[in-house]
Amino acid sequence: MKISSSWVREFVDLSVDDRRLAEDLTAVGIAVEGISGSGADTVFEMEIGTNRPDAMNHYGVAREAAAIYDLPLKELSAFSCQLSAKASGAKAQSSVKASNAAQKRRSSTGGGAKKASAAKADSSSASRGAAGSRAPSKQSSQRASEDAAFPITVEEPELCPRFSARVIRGTTIKPSPEKIAHRLQLLDQRPISNAVDATNYVLWEMGKPTHVFDMDLLEGGRLIIRRAKDGEKLKTLDGVERTLSSEDLVVADAKRPVGLAGVMGGFDTMITDKTKNVLIESAWWDPGTVRKTSRRHGIHTDASHRFERGADFESTVLSCDLVAKLILESGGGELVGGAIDVVSRQMDQAPIVLRLSEVHRILGSKLTTGEIFRILKKLGFGVIPEGQADAKFRVQIPSWRLDVEREIDLIEEIARLHGYDKFENTLPAYRGAVVELPHAAADATLRERALALGYNEAVSLTFISHAAAESFSSGAAVLEVENPLSEEASVMRTSLAPGMLDMLARNLNRDAEDVRLFEMGRVYEMRGGERVEPARLCLGATLTAVKNALPAGAVLDVSKGEHAAAAETFRSFKGDVENLLAAFAHNQLSFDRETAEYFHPGRSARAIMDGAAVAQFGQIADDVKSERKLRQDVFLAEIDLEQLHRRGLRQVRFAPLGKYPAVERDFSFVFSDDMGFEAMRRAVMGLGIPELSEFKAVEIFRGGAIPTGKYSILLRARLQSDEGTLRDEQIAAWSGQIVKALQELGGVQRV
Amino acid sequence: MAYTISKLTDYSAAALERASAELFSALGDEASTVKNEGDWKIFRDRWMARKNGVLTQINDLWLKAAPKEAKREVGLRVNLIKEQVEQQVADAKVRYQIPELPISSATSEISETNLRRDAIGKAGIIDITLPGIRRPIGAEHPVVKTTNEMVRVFQRLGYSVAEGPVVETDYYNFESLNFPPNHPARDTQDTLFIAGQQAKPQRERLLLRTHTSPVQIRTMEKMRPPLRIVIPGTVHRNDPLDASHSPMFHQIEGLAVDTNITFGDLKGTLDHAMKEFFGSSVKTSFRPSFFPFTEPSAEMFVSCFICGGSGRRGTDPCRPCKQTGWIEILGCGMVDPNVFEFVKDNGYDPRKVSGFAFGMGADRIALLKYGVDDIQLFFQGDVRFLRQWA
Ligand SMILES: [Zn+2]
Repeated sequence: MKISSSWVREFVDLSVDDRRLAEDLTAVGIAVEGISGSGADTVFEMEIGTNRPDAMNHYGVAREAAAIYDLPLKELSAFSCQLSAKASGAKAQSSVKASNAAQKRRSSTGGGAKKASAAKADSSSASRGAAGSRAPSKQSSQRASEDAAFPITVEEPELCPRFSARVIRGTTIKPSPEKIAHRLQLLDQRPISNAVDATNYVLWEMGKPTHVFDMDLLEGGRLIIRRAKDGEKLKTLDGVERTLSSEDLVVADAKRPVGLAGVMGGFDTMITDKTKNVLIESAWWDPGTVRKTSRRHGIHTDASHRFERGADFESTVLSCDLVAKLILESGGGELVGGAIDVVSRQMDQAPIVLRLSEVHRILGSKLTTGEIFRILKKLGFGVIPEGQADAKFRVQIPSWRLDVEREIDLIEEIARLHGYDKFENTLPAYRGAVVELPHAAADATLRERALALGYNEAVSLTFISHAAAESFSSGAAVLEVENPLSEEASVMRTSLAPGMLDMLARNLNRDAEDVRLFEMGRVYEMRGGERVEPARLCLGATLTAVKNALPAGAVLDVSKGEHAAAAETFRSFKGDVENLLAAFAHNQLSFDRETAEYFHPGRSARAIMDGAAVAQFGQIADDVKSERKLRQDVFLAEIDLEQLHRRGLRQVRFAPLGKYPAVERDFSFVFSDDMGFEAMRRAVMGLGIPELSEFKAVEIFRGGAIPTGKYSILLRARLQSDEGTLRDEQIAAWSGQIVKALQELGGVQRV
Repeated sequence: MAYTISKLTDYSAAALERASAELFSALGDEASTVKNEGDWKIFRDRWMARKNGVLTQINDLWLKAAPKEAKREVGLRVNLIKEQVEQQVADAKVRYQIPELPISSATSEISETNLRRDAIGKAGIIDITLPGIRRPIGAEHPVVKTTNEMVRVFQRLGYSVAEGPVVETDYYNFESLNFPPNHPARDTQDTLFIAGQQAKPQRERLLLRTHTSPVQIRTMEKMRPPLRIVIPGTVHRNDPLDASHSPMFHQIEGLAVDTNITFGDLKGTLDHAMKEFFGSSVKTSFRPSFFPFTEPSAEMFVSCFICGGSGRRGTDPCRPCKQTGWIEILGCGMVDPNVFEFVKDNGYDPRKVSGFAFGMGADRIALLKYGVDDIQLFFQGDVRFLRQWA
């Protein structure tokens, strides 16, 4: 929002320069984000919080400035006595005084010109009087003015508690005077014509949206504030024909809607250069209704922005008059009748009790009653001290501060004007212990290990496409985004795999080939009607990276060809997964081939820890590779942290070091390809030889003298006793048992 | 013609010297012929074997046979010979393993320099300026790293970590944080909603939490005051990706509730935390702001840690602080009594307790701290970017 500093200065005599003014406004929360232009054309770029519609205009900013510097705020008034005398004998003088804290109360009689002016007089006296207010008189739900100037009927008094209007006859529509046009242009507003610009000018001047109709185009010579009929049509000022519903509030003439209440006027009744007679409207609309209508039709206007946040109830007549004055000054014409002011319901701003003790309890600073009193007065609050020992104030809220409803709201006003930085910094006493999240240690361990293994930590977006959700489905129902940014980001991820593949592809496309990434994060799915967010860890690596990580000395399969290479790279990647899993408590870790379809069927595995699947990993399937245009094979591991969390970290228990020398015995066997090492290891370990501390594969070979479909494997047993040096006969006996067990698996010993 | 030990008949010093010289000469000659392990074993055994080795023979033929009065002199000689033989045998082994090692003479001087030169060996020196082979260590993600560092600052101040779901209900994300239905403040949140929620009552409808603040209520429902929590987490907004916006980002939230928490405590705590995180020279400044769930609300600025608050870097304007010398870091405020009303029954009577809350963007702090110019880089997994934190 833009604010002209010279316009602000019209309402308060400021001695500070623009830069200082900007800083001081910012310090009280009327934030100036930038300054442009110079001299009289200096413009502040403002950032006003949604709770402060009262400051979204020049008079409102001036009011804050007056409070900051404790200077008088000039009155905003429309008509001199001379002008109002011309206005068909009505007492049209209206004004608002900044420091007028009194609650304005008006008992509407729903009248025409005479009655309206009576109401006006009533309100004036109330406003000048003390805080005392009369309860609104009982009112019928329907108000009509049988006015000579223009009859108004409010059928929805709850949604339109106040509707004010003015009539001008015989004016000329033409461009605005230079001063008006220039000011609007400074604020990036496009001048249109004197009448339209007048409403815009008043909006920016004092914040109250108004609307002007070509009165001759209003059929039936009357206005009705009513709900729209379902299916009723209205072409709004932007030229769009809109279909209304009964939830929309409209301003209608005798035949049709002519404006969407508080949002936008109608196209067919707008001011044109042929317009002679003008009806000015300024109402107070129910914020919720304006908001709903604005959302339903997707129209956000300067008017709806303010009405949604709450306009000044007491500014309807004044704003009409200010618009009228501008039109009369530029286009001439005559004000007909008095101010029309239909008040169907009062705004109830009850006084607030403010306790000194509460100010101190929340702010911590010992502000005095004098300081508090002065701050509130400067901001236009009416303050009546109450009680001596238990210091209290009864605070009247100005009509433009609909955001101030509670004691805490007043405490904020006090803190704001006092200056946040003036409060002393203190540290509260501390009691209680710091509690870690249950899985913090496990997650930190995994993260450290992944980093140590050379995986770079990555964070990917949590959205995936429908296609990816299908390809990487866990079987659970997915969570779709109602208003996604794109189809690519329309489903909450159910797996970290698609994001990881995207990141790997991105790197490969940028000629980074040695890539290792990991991501720890949550996935999102529905289980049994409940949403769950299980934690996962995903490793991703390119073939280049996996190969580079394979230490030359660790090669098992010494045969030539693709099969051995694939086996060795798989083992290289598997070792990383094992390093992560090894941190967790378990008795048994085994592997099978039950992996998702996006894994290569022959080069992927599922890790099972004590009966529960904890991970699937391996090379990605060829079709996924080509679909995603991956420039080389990549490896993924998806680790289920829920399962690992359940197990917890392995607790280390010291095992005594062997005192007696270990003996190693090698066994060279030929097996058929379908016999895996794990079966051999299980068979041998299953012999129950306590001295057998390790059984491992040392070398694998295919080809040469070994027939197709078979392979040679060199196995090594490590034997060690806690009781003494092993004797040759013992070793020979165990070796015999091992050979027998391997032979029972179909192995043929090579000698 | 191989050397053979002669019996001694003359035990005079001169005769002993002659016999020794003859032996040493033979020892040197034979040592020089050792070319491999086989040669060496023969050499070793000829001179040192217990049965019939040269040393054994000398012992028998020279020492044992010597007359009483010559025994001492002969003993010394034999010992010297023994030392030399052992030395030559050892050297011979090294020589065939490292062939260029010069044959040390029995009398050669041993100097420091020679030792160093000898130790270099045949291959000579290597280029120690070539880069080392580094086994890669993974790099921490800058946003995770920043988050962890900030969380640790608050843990040291007595805050426990709390968490909550990313897919939230309207109740926790908005209603219980004093965003009533249809309130304009909801507009500022640019919410992403979960599809298919229309049939549910508004407060049960699912959305992607727009801030980590729902965890405040969730934690207060579970734990009674006093409370101190720090909440790191992923949040989402309907913001298209550009250099400074991402539909997914990360917040770090904090909440302290007790019987005596004041606005001064809020300021003091955050000032302390910022000094610990950015360095003790940073200053903080608070300006009024608006959040539905805090009142009074504030935005906290820290003095620019890039230009030191001067607004300039040398002769150039400082861009991160837009030349103001201040950088906005977080939003904060005293917990609004309306928020406490939602958890009043768990000990949070707003008349008895007070508290403060704050929330900051981890990504934004990481952007500023490391001078990253595009938030998208955080979420692309590009190793050229990530490796910079290795
Ligand atoms: Zn700076």
